[in-house]
Amino acid sequence: MPYSLSVNGQVHSIDEDGQTPLLWVLRDTLKLTGTKYGCGVAQCGACTVHVDGQPMRSCSLALEAVASAQIVTIEAVEGAETKAIQDAWIARDVPQCGFCQSGQVMSAVALLRAIPAPTDDDVDIAMSGNICRCATYNRIRAAIHDAAGVLGSGRS
Amino acid sequence: MRWRRSSGLSRRRRFGCLPILALTVAAIVLVSAIVLRPQPLPQAHSLPASHPRIEIAHLRPVAAFASIADPQARSLALFEEAGRVIQHPRCMNCHPRTDRPTQTDAMRPHTPWVARGPDGGGEPTLRCSTCHHDENFEPSGVPGNPKWKLAPIGMAWQGKTLGEICRQILDPARAHMGREELLHHLAEDELVGWAWHPGGERTPAPGTQAEFAALIKAWLDTGAKCPA
Repeated sequence: MPYSLSVNGQVHSIDEDGQTPLLWVLRDTLKLTGTKYGCGVAQCGACTVHVDGQPMRSCSLALEAVASAQIVTIEAVEGAETKAIQDAWIARDVPQCGFCQSGQVMSAVALLRAIPAPTDDDVDIAMSGNICRCATYNRIRAAIHDAAGVLGSGRS
Repeated sequence: MRWRRSSGLSRRRRFGCLPILALTVAAIVLVSAIVLRPQPLPQAHSLPASHPRIEIAHLRPVAAFASIADPQARSLALFEEAGRVIQHPRCMNCHPRTDRPTQTDAMRPHTPWVARGPDGGGEPTLRCSTCHHDENFEPSGVPGNPKWKLAPIGMAWQGKTLGEICRQILDPARAHMGREELLHHLAEDELVGWAWHPGGERTPAPGTQAEFAALIKAWLDTGAKCPA
């Protein structure tokens, strides 16, 4: 029986094995290729998506486990935190090769939603599961602080 | 013929092209015959397994300790056998003495670099559930269980001797459970039970959860003696 999957606000009928990793469904079935395949073993974070608001590694998530969840990918993540992160990413010219960046952005947005003014330690904890082989970590951390600053000034 | 020496002089023997060509051809044929002679095909050799075979270890049953007449010595022997489970990497990895779990049989630091957080289930911004779910997930090899989290810091086992662990689990102040609860936890808890069904290429804990629970019960019934 096909699974009914809610992705980016749209419900899709997915006729795949229940053990298929969500990442495969997103990329191969729904053609949402913004979410990247990095390692396939939940070590790099490139495949991070939001599942009911929580950042999760879609390579390690079975289709049958998320059939009733609200999934948001890099193609549709939005809101004040997302805008602030996108602007800061551009201003800081964060990406180098860019492959990990959709996962980095998804984790960064989730971080700012949970902790609006994160410390360096908060950033390190939240982002430690997102690997960047170009080692843009300093720019990522700075951009998150920039985004938090913009969000904070908007609230004050 | 111009090339003939005049008669009367000794003639040097000369070889024409044909004999040299014939010799070359013969040599090639000979070498080819040697090299291409019918030979048995090389035997197929199986390649070594790309991953080491998982070793299944067994526990000695409680009955095997019946011959120890002294109850204290029997209690001690029972716990030392149960200690093969307690000190197995499948258990120790989630009983760290720091806020960071370890992983693999080598008990190396967990990657990614995660921390226990306020409830043992990870920091609020990097929960265990970011990767670990209700079941072992074969495609990614990531293990899972509905209760996936670290043991409380009061139940840190890493770096301790079996005797220290023994006294720790008997101390309600640190274990946060009495002996009845302890037995129930070790015999029935599904996260404890994961150690025997770890999935992937992980080595399971020795024996079965039921055999382990029987050892623990027999140890408690014989006075719960601890190694030095």
